[in-house]
Amino acid sequence: MSTLHTVNKSPFQNQTLISCLGHAKPGDSVLLLEDGVYGAMSGNAMSEVVAGMGANVKLFVLGSDVTARGIDAGRVAEGITSVNYEEFVGMAASCDRVQNWL
Amino acid sequence: MSDVKKFLYVNRKAPYGTIYAQEALEVVLIGAAFDQDVSLAFLDDGVFQLTKGQDTKDAGLKNFSPTFRALGDYEVTKLYVEQESLDERGLTLDDLQDIQYEDEDDDYNEKPSIIVVSRAQMADVMADQDVVLSF
Repeated sequence: MSTLHTVNKSPFQNQTLISCLGHAKPGDSVLLLEDGVYGAMSGNAMSEVVAGMGANVKLFVLGSDVTARGIDAGRVAEGITSVNYEEFVGMAASCDRVQNWL
Repeated sequence: MSDVKKFLYVNRKAPYGTIYAQEALEVVLIGAAFDQDVSLAFLDDGVFQLTKGQDTKDAGLKNFSPTFRALGDYEVTKLYVEQESLDERGLTLDDLQDIQYEDEDDDYNEKPSIIVVSRAQMADVMADQDVVLSF
């Protein structure tokens, strides 16, 4: 039993990612997409918070939203897996529920 | 009935700055017609939706807060409110509307609809659903 959480807001804009990570259960997947991908970057003020709160979940980022924003793949934090749309669909299909954090 | 699913409507936004809160309530009322197991969750700024004494007259907005007290008539009787979200905002249960429902299985006694839960309990509620709709 697991949930796929999606977050599409930058963690510098509001608390959505923090709230998501605060409610996700161990083993859940959290996919960062759209402006949410800024939460996947290393070397910024949110990186340690995301790594710490996300330690018990699987973190993913939508690759096309990373490249769209000119973020070098090397800036995506360690332990965060880049996925494409097809894999996103597969994740949504294989989990028990999807919870979108708006 | 095995086709009854557990639906959770997640409210994380304050009531009047955006249309999310009002739209969520509309969807809840529509969904209530389908005899599903419906719960509402209020966390983060969503807890502001339930404050009592809302008066939107001078702001020129529709005050939809009384609608929460009508949810019981639609058999929507579980409003989970997160304690930590209340605490962070300096709110207590006393700041919220008194929302009750008549329990048809208990001689129509009035019972509180609001269930205050911890963040960890809210996570359990979320993980227990078939469908989660966010607003």
